[in-house]
Amino acid sequence: MSPLAAYALGLGDDALILAQRLGEWAARAPQIEEDLALANIALDLLGQARTLLTYAGELEQAGRDEDDLAYLRDDREFRNVQLVELPGGDFAVTMARQLIFSAYQYELYTALLGSADETLAGLAGKAVKEVAYHRDHATQWVLRLGDGTDLSHERMQAGLDQVWPYTAELFDPASQLPGIATDPATLRPAWETYVTPVLREATLERPQPRWRSRGGRDGLHTEHLGHLLSEMQHLHRSHPGATW
Amino acid sequence: MNAAPDPATLLAAARSVPDPELPVLTLGELGVIRDLRLAADGTVEVDLTPTYTGCPATAVIAGDVRDALHRAGAGQVRVRTVLAPAWTTDWMSETGRRKLREYGIAPPGPAGGPVRLAFSVRCPHCGSPDTREVSHFGSTPCKALWTCRSCAEPFDSFKAI
Repeated sequence: MSPLAAYALGLGDDALILAQRLGEWAARAPQIEEDLALANIALDLLGQARTLLTYAGELEQAGRDEDDLAYLRDDREFRNVQLVELPGGDFAVTMARQLIFSAYQYELYTALLGSADETLAGLAGKAVKEVAYHRDHATQWVLRLGDGTDLSHERMQAGLDQVWPYTAELFDPASQLPGIATDPATLRPAWETYVTPVLREATLERPQPRWRSRGGRDGLHTEHLGHLLSEMQHLHRSHPGATW
Repeated sequence: MNAAPDPATLLAAARSVPDPELPVLTLGELGVIRDLRLAADGTVEVDLTPTYTGCPATAVIAGDVRDALHRAGAGQVRVRTVLAPAWTTDWMSETGRRKLREYGIAPPGPAGGPVRLAFSVRCPHCGSPDTREVSHFGSTPCKALWTCRSCAEPFDSFKAI
């Protein structure tokens, strides 16, 4: 697979796997507005994933379409960062991840607006507007829970502590594609500029983890991804070629 | 065999298709039909831009446009999805905005910049500006959920993007 195809696949897998995780909240969120919000965010991510996986399949020239890539790969072939595959946990864990990830995606797509690759730039132009809403949604919840009651503060801090070790992986070096892809490390300063004041205003302590995840882009995953895939891929694998 | 209709007639046919989620609006008023042309082999090519990347109505819209073009006399039809330039609510026509309001959905304000905090969404039912946002996200990706303090009715507001 070419570096560009691998890059598109990594970004597409991030969006696909997080869409699946967020979809799990439908009908289980603390309030009906959140059922709708999380399902809507999942839908936006699924739209990004469809564009990116289709593109990766075209670049690969092996005849695989978006469905083949989504439903017929095993966990070691997925290229998403580990952050997105973690179980949703409680609502605070989900919101902590949403803040970290949507702030990252916002900087990513802002940078890709200037990509020389027409598909990536075109997708970024649409996605950055959607992600702005995701980021704002997560920010509002992190503020409300962090700077809320003693209990909500405690749980928001615990949620943040749980997902924070997976943050560094977002900014690990990716394929070198000058002018086309963005070096993830360059996104970190702007990400910090957004996230740091949110945590401060939410009265949350920035976690100081003693370890960090790595390897998702090389196909190394937590045990959770396999379980997620077994649910996501079950229908397609049991009934190959089935359509509505 | 009938003579193929001219592109202007076909474009009008495509633009007059109602949106499947918001049947009060046509696709033309929504601003999602970007272009239409006849290819060298006579295929009608129409460019469609999705409102949101994941909007499930996009597939239905493509099918409806195809049907409408066939009814208008087109032979082969090819629907292309174009992402750039990205759709913006600024492309929604004035007629479209008025129809939305009459339908009970607050039309979008001007787009641009990061997430806009709309302080002045008017209730489409009673016209009061005394409203508040309940959730950024509503029944479809393109709408937010609002409620009116004056008449106490909930309503959808089209998000400016």
